[in-house]
Amino acid sequence: MLDGDPYTIVENEFVKPGKGQAFNRVRIRNLKSGRTIEKTFRSGESVEAADVMNLNLQYLYSDGEYWHFMHQESFEQFQADANAMSEAVKWIKEQDICDVTLWNGTPLSIAPPTFVTLAITETDPGLKGDTSGGGGKPATLETGAVVRVPLFVQIGEVIKVDTRTGDYVSRA
Amino acid sequence: MNETPRWQPDASLDMLQARAQLLSQLRAYFAAADLLEVETPILSRAGNTDPALDSFCTQASNGQDYYLHTSPEYPMKRLLAAYGQSLYQICKVFRQDELGRYHNPEFTLLEWYRVGFSSMQLMDDVEALLRTVLPQLGPAQRLSYSALFVAHVGLDPLKASDGHLVDYAARQGVVVPADAARDWLLQVLFDHVVGDWLKQQGAVFVTDYPASQAALAELHPTDKRLAQRFELYIHGVELANGYQELTNPSEQQARFRADNVKRQTQGRATLPIDQALLGALTAGLPVCAGVALGVDRLLMLQTASTHIEQVLSFTATNA
Repeated sequence: MLDGDPYTIVENEFVKPGKGQAFNRVRIRNLKSGRTIEKTFRSGESVEAADVMNLNLQYLYSDGEYWHFMHQESFEQFQADANAMSEAVKWIKEQDICDVTLWNGTPLSIAPPTFVTLAITETDPGLKGDTSGGGGKPATLETGAVVRVPLFVQIGEVIKVDTRTGDYVSRA
Repeated sequence: MNETPRWQPDASLDMLQARAQLLSQLRAYFAAADLLEVETPILSRAGNTDPALDSFCTQASNGQDYYLHTSPEYPMKRLLAAYGQSLYQICKVFRQDELGRYHNPEFTLLEWYRVGFSSMQLMDDVEALLRTVLPQLGPAQRLSYSALFVAHVGLDPLKASDGHLVDYAARQGVVVPADAARDWLLQVLFDHVVGDWLKQQGAVFVTDYPASQAALAELHPTDKRLAQRFELYIHGVELANGYQELTNPSEQQARFRADNVKRQTQGRATLPIDQALLGALTAGLPVCAGVALGVDRLLMLQTASTHIEQVLSFTATNA
């Protein structure tokens, strides 16, 4: 915890002048904003530990303001706001299992599954006979996300997408 | 099924050969310069009071505490006082809680003393040694601690107020503890700001440290705010630390006591003062300059290694 925000340590370098007291130069990432900063602490100093944990939760539904998740064994429910959802909104549909980072029991960030399969709701009809996929065209998915797909892919088809890059992988 | 315990060395065979070659290069240099190679005890009844260091301690079956040396400085000075000869030693030294890219709790130190030398002459000597082990390295720059600090930090380390140092440090992302010592702030700023510049350089001798960081160096004869201490940095790596050696026994005793007072204020154990060293200084230490050089780091520089574990046969976590 630093200035009220939870951080995760990305890198930690021990520095000790031969004739001086040691310190640690650390790179830490703010779990709320995602920004990485550099800090220096005197070695041995303690900071408050952030009560952060990761759980696999099932996405249930959205009420417009909050996105509701459930733990599949305890049935405990959690609600995430738009800030925590961030990009995940574009990819998940009901019943998907997400990796949710909780801070003090509240969702801080939501990682969608690496690969999702979604139906295409809108795209221009492709040119007949094109199967190479060269060029491509934009397609809108059932969640609202827009991805580039090969020309031969049509409305109503279900495709597999890599959520880390937003790239089309294959027809599902 | 049982997993095979980790047994393999950290360093490659090529690296072990490079280390053996470096050790013989160092010995050849000192043999040619007619310095006597000595060995002194690793276990000592007295500890190193330096608040910057933490000694390992072990107990003999008769109940006597023995400290593992953090450098061979005190007994080497006793030899200097007794025989007046220039000496060198290559040995393992031990410092607790030092583990990182450039640190291992047990490491190899080269330490040597030149009778009748000034710290300036000793820097020439260090450079001559470097030419034999790092032939590609250009000539070393010599710059004072204050000049470097003023040029890069923009504050005078001797005159700037504590408040200015704290503000500057905070802007550098330093989480400054309420009880932070002024010297700690200076060292952190030196590392963050001057250190970035030193990384772009070859060899740089940083000279004339503030008297508060004198350690066992004589103060400057005309400016008591400064100590005749130097550090050698190569590509930003702290490689060697040298002094015009303090010869005055009462000043030495006062510094040992001040070290222990500082330890007490930090809530740490005080250490038994080395009375034998004070005895040797009272009998008379010849005017001399001495320097300690990290052999593992020198090997890292020779072999362009990025982590000390690459140059050690077995690191502390694999020992």
